[in-house]
Parts: sequence; structure tokens; C-alpha cells
Amino acid sequence: MRETKKYWLDRKENVTIVYRAVWVVCILLLLIDPLVHKHEAYDFAEWFGFFGFFGFFACVGLVLAAKALRRILKRPEDYYER
Amino acid sequence: MSAEFPTALIMILGALAVPLLRGRVRAAWMLALPVLALAHLLSMPLGDHAHAGFLGETLVLMRVDRLSLVFGYIFILATLLNVIYSLHEDDPYQQVSALAYAGSALGAVFAGDLITLFVFWELTAVTSVVLIWARRTERARRAAMRYLLVQLASGMLLLAGAALHYQASGSIRFDLLGLATPGGWLILLAFGIKCAFPLLHNWLQDAYPEATVTGSVWLSAFTTKLAVYALARGYAGTEMLIWVGALMTAFPIFYAVIENDLRRVLAYSLNNQLGFMVVGVGIGTELAIDGTVAHAFSHILYKALLFMSMGAVLLRAGTVNGSQLGGLYKSMPWTTGFCIVGAASISAFPLFSGFISKALILTAAADGGYVITWLVLLFASAGVFHHSGIKIPYFAFFGHDSGIRCAEAPRNMLLAMGLTAALCVGIGVYPDALYALLPYPVSFVPYTGAHVVTQLQLLLFSALAFSVLMRTGIYPPELPAVNLDSDWSYRKLAPALLGAAGAGIAAFRLAVAEAGLRLATPLCRAVRDLHANSGPLARTQSTGAMALWISILLAVYLVMYYF
Repeated sequence: MRETKKYWLDRKENVTIVYRAVWVVCILLLLIDPLVHKHEAYDFAEWFGFFGFFGFFACVGLVLAAKALRRILKRPEDYYER
Repeated sequence: MSAEFPTALIMILGALAVPLLRGRVRAAWMLALPVLALAHLLSMPLGDHAHAGFLGETLVLMRVDRLSLVFGYIFILATLLNVIYSLHEDDPYQQVSALAYAGSALGAVFAGDLITLFVFWELTAVTSVVLIWARRTERARRAAMRYLLVQLASGMLLLAGAALHYQASGSIRFDLLGLATPGGWLILLAFGIKCAFPLLHNWLQDAYPEATVTGSVWLSAFTTKLAVYALARGYAGTEMLIWVGALMTAFPIFYAVIENDLRRVLAYSLNNQLGFMVVGVGIGTELAIDGTVAHAFSHILYKALLFMSMGAVLLRAGTVNGSQLGGLYKSMPWTTGFCIVGAASISAFPLFSGFISKALILTAAADGGYVITWLVLLFASAGVFHHSGIKIPYFAFFGHDSGIRCAEAPRNMLLAMGLTAALCVGIGVYPDALYALLPYPVSFVPYTGAHVVTQLQLLLFSALAFSVLMRTGIYPPELPAVNLDSDWSYRKLAPALLGAAGAGIAAFRLAVAEAGLRLATPLCRAVRDLHANSGPLARTQSTGAMALWISILLAVYLVMYYF
């Protein structure tokens, strides 16, 4: 009974909807950017979409760096038990 | 009027009665203890209470001021929530030690002098280690021993530092200590170990994920936040801490991205959140200290909530390895929802607790002109959303369906998670309630259009980065593996060095023995040749020969006498 139940997220096209929704929200957040009156401590923080682009590239950089680190740091699961 | 004894005693002594009670009475007693403690605390006016004499010095067991009070409140609140979360368990070992641990942390927060602080500091170590031992596996036993050694070392440094500080200043009072004396440095090191400073940090990621289901929730609340309190009390405005804290926010998130054990991911993100608080201590302005305290307060709640949800997963699914989980939202919808609230709070989404507390620290950093620190904190904010906000819920509850079908968490766990989640949202929606408790008056307004939009940009573009990396398959998969961290130095390097040293000593000993033997063998042979049967010195001489020799000697003597 439980196993046969289909969930909304089980359908691939719905996952795509979620993915596109993230894009849409991000674009909307960029569109309203000029409308907001910013009062940041630093001038560069008031550039168009600074926080958005910073967040995006910070995360991509983080993941790529972590992926590279894995090559150095990764050991088998029982490394300390041996 | 309140009785003149430390609030901690209610919980510590109350904990001792737990094994004597059974069933519902025990549960009621455990629930009553934090309530009694709160009542006792509320009855105390600001100021010093409960003095005791010790070696000619006066100890202040209970110093109630605005800084200690807010930590006292959150510790008591965390105790109550944790008791509810662990009500389904019938393990007096854990129940006694958890309550005594919370009580010890409470005692340390209200300690007015370094000796009292030391006693409670050590008590938190020895009581909390039981929560790791109680997992009752060999792996946990070893992790617990490592944890205990590190914690006790911190206590020893604190005691030594206190002695040096007393020598230099003539006072054992625990106030602003600073780094003017060697004692100040030692005490900072002691606090730094407990606060998981970079390179002193690894006991945390080592031990917390090995604790029991409920144990790691308890552990996440007290030890490190006690250290944050101690730093805020003793080292506010110590500029070095800004750099230490900034480093702490940044480096653990790289580990969090590649770590497979989701409770260990949470331990790394705990470390990262402590970094924000340490930066606040380092900046040391009223706004920054308020930020540190506010962030500690909301952090205890959302971090507990995240550990609670992963504890529920461990209990029901039997594992918290990201590589084995996925699709659990089908079996545990409530836990999923609560986990998402915790994730949104730690990520500092508007209307959640992290948003209104972390902003104080970031603003203090920006106002103070610490531009690099501010950028690092911003990077860490994006990163924490990435690994705690998205990764934890995604790999546990969504992602690839692991096929695991289990029961929803027990009702008491759901209640505890629900209450904690409500507090996370409550603080986020109505921040003035928390701001009113802070040590200094707050004029900060978190909800401005610009703050909300910029924060949403930061977070949603981080989410976009995650989604894009996921869709393109660039995102590193969860793999069953161990990632080397600084504990490698004492789990692999030190044993290897000791082993090498031992082998060297053994070889040296062998060489010395051989050389000795080589020298001794000819000597023994010579002695044997001289003394053995028929050796020159062992031959029997006849009496006649002896008499002849004696008469010769006498003759020689006679001749010499005449001349």
C-alpha cells in the first residue's frame, strides 16, 4: 500500500518545475534589486546584485574546492580502525 | 528572597535522584528540574550570591548579571527541550549524566571566580563523556576517551592559567582577563580548546557524531556555548579573536561539503557558527557582544533542532550516512518539516532566528571596518546555507530515494522538535523578545527592505548554485569515507611516531647488548683460561715448592737488611 503511493516529487518533470522555480525566484530578486534603497557600509556591496552573485560564485567555488580537497583528504571508511 | 546556593545544584543534585524513580514519576521529576531551576534563577536579584571561603579567598558561586543571565535562560530552556526529546529513553546512565552536565554548564556560567569556573568546567567534561560512552560501541568508547583527554587538558590549562593570573594580579575574580599576563594566554588556550578554535577543534567533529541519539543533542547545546560565554566575559575586544573566528567560519564548511555522516556535517557547521560568535567577541563593541550572545541563543535552539532531526533519523532508519539515506520525507514528514525549519534558521532566512542574530555580528564587523572579515563571514553565510540548509535536508529526506521506509519519530521527539521549531520561528518573527534579554540595549532593526532582499539574494543564489551543480552532476556525491582532519595528528601521526621511537629504542638496546656481549666474551674466556681447571692460577702447588719460595724471600730480605 505504502510502496505503491506516488509522491509529487517522484515525477521527474516536477523536479524540473522546482529547479526552474529557483531560477525564476532568483531572477525576480535581481529585478527588484534597483528598487531597494541600500545602505551598506561598503560601496561595492551596493553594486547591482552583489549579494546574489557573491552567493552564487562563493558556493560554486566552495564545492569545487571541497571536491579537490577530497582527493587529498579522502581515506577508506575504516582508516582509523586498521 | 532566594536561597543562597547556586542554581546548578538543583540540577546536579536533582539528577542524582533520577535512578531512584521509575516511569512517569521519573519523567515528571526530570521535567520539573529545569522549571525549578528557572524559578530559582528568577528569584535572584542581579549581583553576587552564594559566597564560600576557600584557602583564604572568597569564592562567588553565583554571579548574576545580564551576560550570565541570558546564558542561564537558554541553558535551562535547552535542558527542558532536551529532556522532552529524550523521554522515550529508559537509560538512567544518560539521564543522570545529561542533567548533571547541563547543571554543570549552568554552574560554570554563573561562576564569579576562576576556581568555581574550573570546578564546573571539569564537571561538564566528566559528565558529558557518559553521553558518548552510552552508545556502547568500541568506536564510541575510543572517541569518548579522546574527548575526555582533550576536555581535561582544557581544564588543566584553565587551572594553571588561573594560578598564574592570581600570582600576577592577586585576584581570582573572573572578569575581563586579557592577554597581558601568561595566565591570560593559558586561560585563552583553555577556552579555545572548548570553543573548538582552528587546530584545537577536532575533538568536536570526532566525538559528537559518536554520541547516542539524544546525547549529541545535549552535547551540541552546552560545552561550546559555555566557552563562548567565557570568551565574551574574559576576552571581549581581543582583536586576535576576529581572525581566529573568521578562520573558524570558513574552513569547516569545506569539510561539511564532503562529509558523509550527516551528524558530523552538523558538527562542522556547529564549528562554523561558533566562528561568528568568536568574531563578535573579538570586535568587542556593545553591538558585537550583543550579536554574539543573541547568536549563541538562537544557535543553541536551531542546532539542537537539527541534531534532534538527525537523531530521529538515526533512531528510525539506523544510519545518518548521506550515502545510505534519501526519500525519508515519505516516512517522516513531520521530522522533515522540523528539520527544514532548523535549516532555514541556521541559514538565516528572514523570519527565522538566525536572521535576526547573525545580522548583529555582520553589521558590527562592517561598521568596524573589518572588510576582509566581513567578506569571509558573508562567504561562510552562503556556505552554511549550502551544507546545513540544503545538504542536510536534501540528502536525508529528499534526493535519491533510498527505499528506506520507517516509522515517524516517537511522539515526545516530535513534541520537542515542534517546540524548538516554534521558538526558532518565534524569535525570527518577534526579535525584540530576544533583544530585550541581551546585555546591552539594542537599537538594531533587522527587518529593512534592503536587509531582507540582500539576504534572500545571497541565499537563493546559493540554492541556485546547488541546483545547477546537482543538475550538471558536478556536485560531489556522498561517499562512505573518512576525511583527514587535525585528529589525524594524534590518531595516526603520534602513534606512528611513538611506534617508530619505540622501535628505535628497542634496536638501540639490542645493539648495546650485542656490543657488550662482544666485549665480555673474550674477557670471560681469559678469566676462564686463568682460573679453570688446570689454569695457571688454579693449579695446585706442592708444599715443598712453597717452603722453597718462602726461604728465598727470607734470604732476599736478610740481604737487603744488611745493606
